[in-house]
Amino acid sequence: MKLSKLALVAAAAITAASPILAGELVFPSLSYRTGPYAANGTPVADGFADYFTLLNERDGGIGGVMTKVIECETGYSTEKGVECYESTKGEGSLVYMPLSTGITYQLIPKVTADDIPMLTTGYGRTSAANGAVFSNVFNFPANYWQGASVAVNHILDQENGDIKGKTIALLYHNSAYGKEPIRTLEALAEKHGFDLTLLPVDHPGQEQKSQWLQIRRERPDYVVMWGWGVMNQVAIQEAANIKFPMDKFIGIWWSGSENDVIPAGAAADGYKALTFHAVGTDFPVFEDIQKYVVDAGKAAGTGENVGTVLYNRGMYGAMLAAEAAKVAQKMHGVAEITPSQMRDGLENLVMNDEIAAAIGFGGFGPNFEVSCANHGGPGLAAVQQWDAANQKWNLITDFMAPDMDVIQPLIDEDSAAYAAENNITPRDCN
Amino acid sequence: MSADFYYTIEVIINGLMTGVLYSLVALGFVLIFKASGVFNYAQGVMALFAALTLVGLQNGQIPFAPLINSIFGTNLSTFGWTLPTVVAIVLALGVMVLFAYLVERYILRYLVGQDPVILFMATIGLAYFMEGFGDLMWGADIKKLDVGLPQGGNVWLESATEGWAEGFYGFYIDNLDIWATFIAVVLVIGLMVFSQYTKTGRALRAVADDNQAAMSVGISLRAIWVIVWSLAGFVALVAGTMWGAKSGVQFSLSLIALKALPVLMLGGFTSIPGAIVGGMIIGVGEKLFEYSIGPMIGGATENWFAYVLALLFLVFRPQGLFGEKIIERV
Amino acid sequence: MFYREAGDFKTSYAADSQTFPIRLDRYGYYTTLAIAFLFVPLVISDYWANALLLPFLIWAIASLGLNILSGYCGQISLGTGGFMAVGAYSSYKLMTAFPDLNLFIVILLSGVITAAVGVLFGLPSLRIKGFYLAVATLAAQFFLVWLFNKVPWFYNYSASGQISVPTRSVFGYEVTGAEANSEAKYLFILVIVVLLAYIARNLTRGRIGRSWMAIRDMDIAAEIIGVNPLLTKLTAFAISSFYIGIAGALFFSVYLGAVEVGEAFGIQKSFLVQFMIIIGGLGSIFGSFIGAAFMVMMPVLLKNIMVGQLGWATDIAAHFELVIIGGLIILFLILEPHGLAQLWRLTKEKLRLWPFPH
Repeated sequence: MKLSKLALVAAAAITAASPILAGELVFPSLSYRTGPYAANGTPVADGFADYFTLLNERDGGIGGVMTKVIECETGYSTEKGVECYESTKGEGSLVYMPLSTGITYQLIPKVTADDIPMLTTGYGRTSAANGAVFSNVFNFPANYWQGASVAVNHILDQENGDIKGKTIALLYHNSAYGKEPIRTLEALAEKHGFDLTLLPVDHPGQEQKSQWLQIRRERPDYVVMWGWGVMNQVAIQEAANIKFPMDKFIGIWWSGSENDVIPAGAAADGYKALTFHAVGTDFPVFEDIQKYVVDAGKAAGTGENVGTVLYNRGMYGAMLAAEAAKVAQKMHGVAEITPSQMRDGLENLVMNDEIAAAIGFGGFGPNFEVSCANHGGPGLAAVQQWDAANQKWNLITDFMAPDMDVIQPLIDEDSAAYAAENNITPRDCN
Repeated sequence: MSADFYYTIEVIINGLMTGVLYSLVALGFVLIFKASGVFNYAQGVMALFAALTLVGLQNGQIPFAPLINSIFGTNLSTFGWTLPTVVAIVLALGVMVLFAYLVERYILRYLVGQDPVILFMATIGLAYFMEGFGDLMWGADIKKLDVGLPQGGNVWLESATEGWAEGFYGFYIDNLDIWATFIAVVLVIGLMVFSQYTKTGRALRAVADDNQAAMSVGISLRAIWVIVWSLAGFVALVAGTMWGAKSGVQFSLSLIALKALPVLMLGGFTSIPGAIVGGMIIGVGEKLFEYSIGPMIGGATENWFAYVLALLFLVFRPQGLFGEKIIERV
Repeated sequence: MFYREAGDFKTSYAADSQTFPIRLDRYGYYTTLAIAFLFVPLVISDYWANALLLPFLIWAIASLGLNILSGYCGQISLGTGGFMAVGAYSSYKLMTAFPDLNLFIVILLSGVITAAVGVLFGLPSLRIKGFYLAVATLAAQFFLVWLFNKVPWFYNYSASGQISVPTRSVFGYEVTGAEANSEAKYLFILVIVVLLAYIARNLTRGRIGRSWMAIRDMDIAAEIIGVNPLLTKLTAFAISSFYIGIAGALFFSVYLGAVEVGEAFGIQKSFLVQFMIIIGGLGSIFGSFIGAAFMVMMPVLLKNIMVGQLGWATDIAAHFELVIIGGLIILFLILEPHGLAQLWRLTKEKLRLWPFPH
């Protein structure tokens, strides 16, 4: 007991030693730079931190108030996520972006009770798009069900609009995250008349021989992948090994980073993945990142990953949060906003060409508007394709809309079930 | 013969090859357990560390670069040269030998004669240490490992067997798996020859048999431990290279140890041939089950079925297939 | 000088065989309880509860359970995560199927269900021994996780397979759900922990505990002197799983509130609890507590020092955390191979003689 008491005393000293500093907008970053998904977590966290560094260096913060990023290492573990949430929420954290489906589910009731908003860009609980039930959770610009639908739309485009009788295999991480698209794909299969084959891969996904032998045997026309971490690299390698046509292999946005394709080398050429933001560095904001952050030696990482898919995603998330903070400042007429005001900002966020161009993000992401009823945005996503020779991703489509006729009823059903289970009366959004 | 028949054969062959890959990991456990009775929890992390070291040396990465950068504010990453694969392998092996020496010098030496569970726990500590240390030294990003082994399906076999039956696309066997099998066979024969016909090998077996008696005839227990851990380090390097070539070198590599556990238990903790045969049984068993029963019950059965299979064997042979007979006396 | 038996006279057998024969120990124990029940709830914050105390108490229950099986009965188990999942999913199903059932009863029943599952997977222990037994429990671990992931009935057919706890209260205070305040959660778990620790302590020094230890020390010899190995091993599995099931139920319902089986109850949890009892001390109730404290609080403490105090980058700090924890485990082992509990015992032995060691 001696030791643990000592530990408690020391921990007390430490938690008490960081007072809330006035005059800062606090953005916690629940990142993971260790553990099985470190390679994916690191660039996202770097992009997130670098964008706020840029705002501080270039603009003097947001609306004249400096920003501060508190990074907390979760290692993708739910329990560490709780610890991070509890240790940062007292510091005036404005919005949580936990970057993990498990932690998101965990935090949904907590942030609602504490009235802090949570923004899950492209992950988390899909039915949180229903703002009437999930008042504090936002999952714009796109969610998994919309991703599944966009993937099927892309396949429809490839097949000239008719995929009746075709087979689509879903290769998925056997977890909450991987199971998300199943229901949507089943509904779409019914609508478009294609066959759906489900191929679960257990964590961590180092061994996928059975799944790929099955794909080789049954020759599905398309393979859609919901993978994460090592599963992506192995899947792409195995697909190359059995000579599965790479342009018929489509990953979700979390299966489409440089990390996933580079280990497979030239064989990965032509692999496709969804994305809800642009790729590369051909945007004005990257010049500023280079000038104010990387060259000034203030980058969170080595600066090498600027412009990679996951770095851009982290930066895009940071930009959305920053823009929402601006909206909140304008709405409430104060510079130092509270989490509750930040929530209003997120709910009234508008992204259009004009706003995006003003901050150097012109054409980087789709245009969308958030509203009280719709916390998910329209769910536009594009398809990117890997060019192994030049080691870069290229966008090959515009941002496409998902089939909301199929998805909206699913969202309504799932959120209604959540509301009933937790005695939530949906807000009146009119 | 119908296509189904050939496909079943294909699944069995692939199962055998995957099993060999599991055995490669299991071998490291067996070596250490046999000589010192230590269940080395750190074996998986050792494979990761060995592979990281190999890639790091190959690419001329500067060790501890992120740490140095954050302390001194420098911006180091690589030395700017790349080493030939063979040189890198030899150097990585050297690092593993040094590691074995350090483990003996700073951990095992103080724990001679303790309970197995205490030695097991020491390896837990070691695993934690190595995991953090490896990340600090080489960084946590995914690295591509290329040691020149061919990858992809064997084209010759595929085209030769295509069309044997209606709807059969020819046998698919990964070239890397063929190589892995070849290397594993060479490794096992090498280890057997080493332990049967060399002086050190005989000393190893003597220690495994009865370390008190071995010491009394003048065999240095410490030297033996360093040798065994070096051998295990070598096996870890081979296993890490094979698996790293499939998936890139990254943290998840250390989790392959989990696939080695059922193999170990099935084959027996003390038998080198047991590790190979056990691996093959597990490999074939889990692949066949996933192929035949899997689709009916929702798939992803391989992880648990491996253990159930091992359990079935153990019920009939509680010491593993090739394990030494447990003789209990009061 | 103060810590000794001298002058502490026992006049009955009951007094002689009590848990804390030394007065100072006894007072220390009462004081700890008093602080835990009366003082801590007054000062507890969300951070303290959710980041440190709740996980510590819950893992302490799991360690107690595993310690009964491994430490007292000598049966190795790497299925703790899977059994915790049984507890968690039982509590979820019970809570959603019978909304009016008292939470104490839900938790208790979850433990009972887990005990039944534990006995089932304990059956091979009659035939398989030592390290090889781990295979049976590992089969349980992987099979149970797969089962809860695969069969939609267990997670009430939700889209992703996550389960979320509904709000329940005990004596009018909400204990589960996001609105529950930390004091209520903490006290609820503390009551269970104290009860379970008390039961464990008395079980292990009674007839049943002695038969467990006889089996552990040498099963054949125990059989010869009349200990029934079937009954003894299976009771150990049952009681151990009962504890672990309760830990799992609390872990899900009170601590996390939402879990996904693969992430929350994976194999790494089985290893974690195994580490806790080995580090704390096999066959020691107190060891279960320090082991849990070490594994739960050490990382948080190190993180707070390195990131909060020294301002290091989080990734370097996280890597160092592993290096330091690994190094500490090895160091403790070299200093005292039988766990922290033994270290504590030795300190007490020395204290008894201090300051006159001769």
